[in-house]
Amino acid sequence: MKLLIGLDGHSSGKKALEFAKGIAKRVDDCELIVAYVIEWSPFTFQTPEENEQRHKRREEEISTALERVVNPAVAALSEAGFNARGRVRHGNVADTLDAIAHDEGASQIIIARSSEGGITSRIFGSSTANLVMNARVPVTVVA
Amino acid sequence: MNKLMNLLFAVAALFAVALPASAQEAAATLDERVNTAFANFTGPFVNFIFAPIPGTSFPWIVMWLVIGASVFTIYFAFVQFRFFGHAISLVKGDYSDPNDAGEVSHFQALATALSGTVGLGNIAGVAVAVGIGGPGATFWMILAGLLGMASKFTECTLGVKYRNEYPDGTVSGGPMYYISKGFNELGLPGGKILAVLFSVFCILGALGGGNMFQANQAHVQITQITGDYPGWITGLVFAGVVFAVIVGGIKSIARVTEKVVPFMGILYVGASLIVLIVNADLIGWAFGQIFAGAFTGLGVAGGFVGALIQGFKRAAFSNEAGVGSAAIAHSAVKTKEPITEGFVSLLEPLIDTVIICTMTALVITISGQLLIDQTTGLYMLNEGGSAIATVGDNSGVALTSAAFGSAISWFPFVLAIAVILFAFSTMISWSYYGLKAWTYLFGEGKTTELIFKLIFCVFIVIGAAANLGPVIDFSDAAIFAMAVVNIFCLYFLMKVVRTELQSYGSRLKSGEIKKFSH
Repeated sequence: MKLLIGLDGHSSGKKALEFAKGIAKRVDDCELIVAYVIEWSPFTFQTPEENEQRHKRREEEISTALERVVNPAVAALSEAGFNARGRVRHGNVADTLDAIAHDEGASQIIIARSSEGGITSRIFGSSTANLVMNARVPVTVVA
Repeated sequence: MNKLMNLLFAVAALFAVALPASAQEAAATLDERVNTAFANFTGPFVNFIFAPIPGTSFPWIVMWLVIGASVFTIYFAFVQFRFFGHAISLVKGDYSDPNDAGEVSHFQALATALSGTVGLGNIAGVAVAVGIGGPGATFWMILAGLLGMASKFTECTLGVKYRNEYPDGTVSGGPMYYISKGFNELGLPGGKILAVLFSVFCILGALGGGNMFQANQAHVQITQITGDYPGWITGLVFAGVVFAVIVGGIKSIARVTEKVVPFMGILYVGASLIVLIVNADLIGWAFGQIFAGAFTGLGVAGGFVGALIQGFKRAAFSNEAGVGSAAIAHSAVKTKEPITEGFVSLLEPLIDTVIICTMTALVITISGQLLIDQTTGLYMLNEGGSAIATVGDNSGVALTSAAFGSAISWFPFVLAIAVILFAFSTMISWSYYGLKAWTYLFGEGKTTELIFKLIFCVFIVIGAAANLGPVIDFSDAAIFAMAVVNIFCLYFLMKVVRTELQSYGSRLKSGEIKKFSH
């Protein structure tokens, strides 16, 4: 069994990790995949200089996400005796988490309740709501 | 750096405060002096580039561009039509590997290149073409746009194929790289010399069409609203803002512009469509004028050849196909197949020339700003006989503004904002193109880069102060000089592109290249 845990860098992610650990303890041979999605769209407008630097920035963004969010979570899980690994991808958060779950054959996605707020989430909906509405596998939202 | 910027703003403020005292007279003479000195200095270069083919009035450079575009169109068996649908799929991201997400996408490379080309060429340049060559110039402009798609395809494929990828992950590409590396690979001599020559012309093009023409027409558009005042003031303000972005590193200004400009483009096309819909009964007549004018001239200076020259010239100036500038912008894309960027880039002349320029031309034609002799049905010429007489004797961006204003009274204000933003975004793009050529010649380094950036800012002031005539001549000449070297080299390198095209085409057909399900 594989569980995908989506983190957004906020402290609420710990609740999602705890919840996933709770399930993993009850199941034999459970793999935990910790994912962090860097919000990015291929349809934005950039200056030539930004384009020139883009590959370099992407590498920096991935290594920062790994260092600050994913690797510490994976290390903590491994230390606690769980089989865990991490993934970092760029894209729309909801679509990308669903795509990773699909690629990995995860049986469910576990995320913490959205930490987004304000007018943007009211108009466009939060990533959590979008994921719940569109995911192809069950989604657990930990409050 | 902060000290330097403070100094610049202090000097600018000093000029602004000191101006009213000695005022208009001194300013006018300064403008005139700048204009005369500039025209004298650039005259021989301009005359050479626009020299007519012996025994005709046809500039050899226009023939050069059209022959180039036609050769590429035939050599690649009308690639612009065969792969048009595929280009759209690529831009949509259908063929983008999700694992490459976060890299420069095809859409982003196209949008960046377009923000460098969609600009005053589409608004002011078309007005110049239609003002001199009549509505018939539009026909030749569209034809040149369609043929130019093949030139763009060729140069942008090579731009990606031969770009430099540095260990820190940044990239540099463009004609100077594909000329030197491509010639070397094919065992041809002279690649390095041609690359240097291209770089020199690219710097001049950046200072001309990518800078002075923009500053000049932005100033004209502002004075339409504020009333006349010396051009160097506009130049100084523009130079200050550009300086803040390219030297001061205040990227937020550039970022905001890059985001606003596409919406301005959509607004411009939207407003054009409104004018056309309001005058729907005249669209048939306007196309009639375009076709009739294309082959008879309808009384314009130089007859149908005059219309043809203007159409081809303005198309090339607007979409820059064959010039090589887009290859610099497109080379940043992440792709394993250089040819895919070629396909995407061929949409550029279509959007820029076939759609946006045609909109401008139709609005000007329909607006009735071009005066027609009712008895003969031919266009009336102005006093000098050099262009069509217009309502209020307008030309360039003022003509476009008046044409829109005749249908939507408040639109000149929106157009003024659009012109300023277009001018600014084009300047930012061209400062980058020029800088790439500059660093190719003189090496990368903070001091060499700063020297170019300062020169670039000085030319903004000169461009805003000089008259349209010398500026437009120099801008055209500098950009076309880039095309002389670029197209010459593309003839030798096009077989490389054909090999790529054949390989990609067969793999696409066999299903080896597949769409990714997103």
